[in-house]
Amino acid sequence: MEQISALSRRRLLRAVVATGVAALFRPLLASSEQARVLSKPIPSAGEGLPAVGLGSWITFNVGNDRIARDACAQVMRAFFDSGGRLIDSSPMYGSSQEVIGYGLAKLNGPPSLFSADKVWISSGARGPDQIEASRRLWGVPRFDLLQVHNLLSWEQHLRTLLDMKDAGRLRYVGITTSEGRRHGDVERIIRAQRIDFVQVTYNILDRQVEERILPLARDRGIGVIVNRPFREGELLRKIGRYPLPGWAAEIGCTSWAQIILKFIVSHPGVTCAIPATTRVDHVRENMAAATGPLPDAAMRARMIAHVEKL
Amino acid sequence: MSEWWTYSLSDFLLFSPRTYYRLFELYNLAVWPWHVLAIVLGLAVLVLWLRMGAWQGRTVAVILAACWLFVAWAYLLARYDTINWAASYFAAGFAVEALLLVWTGLIRNRLSPRPGRDVAGAAGLCIFVFALFAWPLVGRLLGRPWLQAEIFGIAPDPTVVATLGVLIAADRTHCELLVVPLLWCAISGATLWAMQSPDALLAPAAALLALVLACWKTLSRLRQVSPA
Repeated sequence: MEQISALSRRRLLRAVVATGVAALFRPLLASSEQARVLSKPIPSAGEGLPAVGLGSWITFNVGNDRIARDACAQVMRAFFDSGGRLIDSSPMYGSSQEVIGYGLAKLNGPPSLFSADKVWISSGARGPDQIEASRRLWGVPRFDLLQVHNLLSWEQHLRTLLDMKDAGRLRYVGITTSEGRRHGDVERIIRAQRIDFVQVTYNILDRQVEERILPLARDRGIGVIVNRPFREGELLRKIGRYPLPGWAAEIGCTSWAQIILKFIVSHPGVTCAIPATTRVDHVRENMAAATGPLPDAAMRARMIAHVEKL
Repeated sequence: MSEWWTYSLSDFLLFSPRTYYRLFELYNLAVWPWHVLAIVLGLAVLVLWLRMGAWQGRTVAVILAACWLFVAWAYLLARYDTINWAASYFAAGFAVEALLLVWTGLIRNRLSPRPGRDVAGAAGLCIFVFALFAWPLVGRLLGRPWLQAEIFGIAPDPTVVATLGVLIAADRTHCELLVVPLLWCAISGATLWAMQSPDALLAPAAALLALVLACWKTLSRLRQVSPA
């Protein structure tokens, strides 16, 4: 019994020392990681944004489950520690906004947060109320970016968002679509409206936006946020069973997730990709894709050829 | 919703299977020991069904209505609504079904399940017994923990399917009472299908059987009343 107590004391002491050392060096480690993260400028303002963000579709919709909420907060902590900034959500995502608010409060409101949310309601008149409800759920003084979700009632909502931006109550305005829908409308809005961001689906197999949306956004000085980089995990399940290609090491990738993310963020028109995850190891792995060398045009072609053959 | 044909079932799934089943786990822990009462009520329906009697239909209707209301309030509104913004609409549907059960069964006394007199009666009884006793085992057989078991009177699927059993076995077809259960079976089946749950087809299969037997009963009745 005494031996066990001694062992426990020794272990306890070791744990306390280890925790103290970790706490002491954590800011240094975090800041060095943050310094290494690839940052891409928001075209309309020049402000840098880490090339990998954090989505919340499905993964953060955990309701009132305290254990799951704490796990999400841990994911957010790892995200910020790794140099991440942009977290994206929507009123459509169930409890995700509330869970993000819970995590932010638990992390004492990380100052580096770039809050990106959406307005998603068919009534234009009720848009401001929904935005205010979302803001309260997040617990932020104002959003950095608000986007019209899936172009729902976009004319009315865009007017609201642009007015908010003019009044200084919002920094950036955007629109979203996913999985190749309504690209004609997206193009028209990019050409005609004063938006800062467009959010679209893009990955190594879904490259429709390369033809018109990405070049057009680049020409118009509009940032591009990429959703569903892994096709909600389906892409990784499909290719994840194959060994990593030899060229993965050339671009500093140690996983398929990093290969997919590096492919996305290496496109000159892309500002940021927003993979979603419930796991701390995955968020670290994703953030690592925003470090090290990026593939050039020749490597990108090689990557496409390889993945399409799998 | 524009370009609706480009959407798949999984596009409407707002949560992960883990979150969905964990919700049942937390719900079961929160409402325990109401499960005991729910099972007793289920057994009471079974006994009333088999014994017949003057108040049989009325009592069965009240028990079922109480279960539908409990599920609407305790599960759909208080829990499911936290992960699915459509849950409040589902809860309203469950409340409407409870009112219809009270109206048809208690007030008008027109809901009387008959024990196994014909194919519909036997099938209805089998479905009810399956929903009451076998449904909680399904999740366990598929590897989910006991705490996530779905119990009649507590969880929506076994409550709805058990009600379908009663409606199939009733002496006449009540189309107005079938609408909400059939819709729920479709919604629940689609949700589980999108989550790739192996038991996704259970509720839709019960609904399909109920629909076929309801049509068969109606046609048989029409044949009986029409002149030769």
